Amino acid sequence: MEKSICEQHEKLYAELDKFIEEIHADGSALIEVLHKAQQLFGHLPVEVQEYIAEKLNIPVSKVFGVVTFYSFFTMKPRGKHQIKVCLGTACYVKGADRLMDRFKEELGVEEDGVTKDGLFSLHGVRCLGACSMAPVVMIGENDFYGRVTPDEVPKIIRNYTK
Amino acid sequence: MPKSNVVLVSVDSNSVLKGAKYFKNLFQQLVDEYKLSDFVEVLETGSFGVYKDGVIIAIYPEEVYYEIKDAADVKKVVEEHLLKGRRAKDLELDAELFTRKLSVEAKKVVEETRIVLRNAGVIDPTNINEYIARDGYMALAKVLNEMKPQEVVEVVKESGLRGRGGAGFPTGLKWEFTMKTDADQKYVICNADEGEPGTFKDRLIMEGDPHSLIEAMTIAGYAVGATKGYIYIRGEYYGSIQNIQKAIKDAYEYGLLGEDILGSGFTFHLAVRLGAGAYVCGEETALMESIEGKAGRPRLKPPYPPVSGLYSKPTVINNVETFVNVPQIILNGADWFKSIGTESSPGTKVFSLCGNIVNRGIVEAPMGTTVRDLIYKFGGGIANGKALKMVQTGGTAGTFIGPDKLDVPLDFDSMKNYGVSLGSGVILVIDEDNCAVDVLKNAMEFFEHESCGKCTPCREGTKMLVHMLNDISKGKGKREYLDAMKNIASTMLDSAFCGLGQSVPVPLNSMLNNFEAEFLKHIESKESPCGICKFEKPKKKLVKS
Repeated sequence: MEKSICEQHEKLYAELDKFIEEIHADGSALIEVLHKAQQLFGHLPVEVQEYIAEKLNIPVSKVFGVVTFYSFFTMKPRGKHQIKVCLGTACYVKGADRLMDRFKEELGVEEDGVTKDGLFSLHGVRCLGACSMAPVVMIGENDFYGRVTPDEVPKIIRNYTK
Repeated sequence: MPKSNVVLVSVDSNSVLKGAKYFKNLFQQLVDEYKLSDFVEVLETGSFGVYKDGVIIAIYPEEVYYEIKDAADVKKVVEEHLLKGRRAKDLELDAELFTRKLSVEAKKVVEETRIVLRNAGVIDPTNINEYIARDGYMALAKVLNEMKPQEVVEVVKESGLRGRGGAGFPTGLKWEFTMKTDADQKYVICNADEGEPGTFKDRLIMEGDPHSLIEAMTIAGYAVGATKGYIYIRGEYYGSIQNIQKAIKDAYEYGLLGEDILGSGFTFHLAVRLGAGAYVCGEETALMESIEGKAGRPRLKPPYPPVSGLYSKPTVINNVETFVNVPQIILNGADWFKSIGTESSPGTKVFSLCGNIVNRGIVEAPMGTTVRDLIYKFGGGIANGKALKMVQTGGTAGTFIGPDKLDVPLDFDSMKNYGVSLGSGVILVIDEDNCAVDVLKNAMEFFEHESCGKCTPCREGTKMLVHMLNDISKGKGKREYLDAMKNIASTMLDSAFCGLGQSVPVPLNSMLNNFEAEFLKHIESKESPCGICKFEKPKKKLVKS
């Protein structure tokens, strides 16, 4: 078991190397590299940040500074499916807070919490730029739900537990 | 053989939420099944600007619009309209909603006027040939073949185009400063980090007409002498990123980007950079820090970007909407542009209509259109028969106004003259079911969250404002809070480092001034007067059920 995780990680590091080489990354491409790394590893633990710092020949402190600055990057593992409830003003006046409460209730987690099975994490996010479909919920990178009512929440969650 | 019918399915990101991709495939499948594929073409396009509960499609040449909610609706439209040639009446949308578009000539009446959105919902954004067929890259050809850089700058200056990101700085002046600064390298940047809550216009422009942005940036590069450009897009805007990247690739293949563009000897390279979720990166110098791979904290100004921008080189930075106006100005001339809109703010503005309004979506109208026309004429009025309570114009950093200010014409001077901000063009309608304290609290929480922490007035100021609003919403507010909040706001206006902190007073003061009574009610009553704020009952403990 232990070994397979290591092997898996080695594979991910190799893929990251490949990406860095492909775009001829230097320090100015740090954000692109972090995007890729988070996509591969799911989050950005200190080891990964150290690795990137060395690869790009910049101080770890700078990498850490950037990771903690941008809300997109996270050092804590998130759920397999990240549920992002938009709390921007347009969604807010359409009841986004009630939606958030229902998600908390159904999943049994607080904001930014991860469910015990690691399947979901719940996040409140700022305007997603889909205001004509307010209130909106985004799950992962590609699934969008628009004009969501609290009663649709259990059904949405079920789409990912099957 | 040209096909006799074209079905256009709007597949912008808002429509995709309602299954637009699935419906498009289903249309294609049914057209094939009924052996109509020799006569009917199914195409994807950008936003029609109007949104309903379902996905909107258009069928040409009849120009009939349908609202599709499920698979059965698709089947009905194919069988009735395409096969039997009669309209599926119950799904048909009033063409009035859409025919407000076009007609740049009819400027007397407030009509929708499309310059920026002229191709959205008309062409397939992933097909460069469709853009070229609509005079795409004509302006670039004209500039490279017939005009000197100086002349390009003159036309833009003469047109009176002002920055659409919210600040309204004259675009031509920015270009002129950059052109006149000597340097071995200059840059052109497009600010597509659209993060102002309620704004989704740039997203729909990039998804619906990506080549117009590329063309405009190349023109800017030629005008100021820059050979490199970056489009900085929000990381969350997957659709925009995809379409822009495809468009850049195609432009390179056609020789419209890269070395020796159209044989003119002019070289321009363009690349996409992604944001990572920081509102402050919409501030131009913070955005440049971010492109350089650093944390996006704003820089001290001056020097301004035309002198020292990206990598300390002279840089032109404009919003998506600002850029997209440029090719049309080049083709039609500065006088044509000035004939639209108001004297101080020529041209059109793309407004994002959202909140408790019937037709949510984007609409492009001449500058100087009133808030009332935007809400009632284009937006169809207040949703669910409710009464209008307030409107926030300009985004979260914009003003809250009451129904008494609906007749203010919106342009870059309406803030100065009437205290109603244009900002990024958001019209957020808030109905009677909402509470002023609660709405303001949500707005201030946004600023607290997005403050980058570099300067004390913004970092601590937003925190204190949220703290006081929290107290008021829990029934623990004090009268002194109202003055204290205004005090903090004026300190922030004077001393915050960048536009983020400096703009916090705008929503705060407008809300406190226009809805003071509601705040006082919250402070003086024992019970929550609005039913939204939950007052804390001191000694009782919350019992979980």
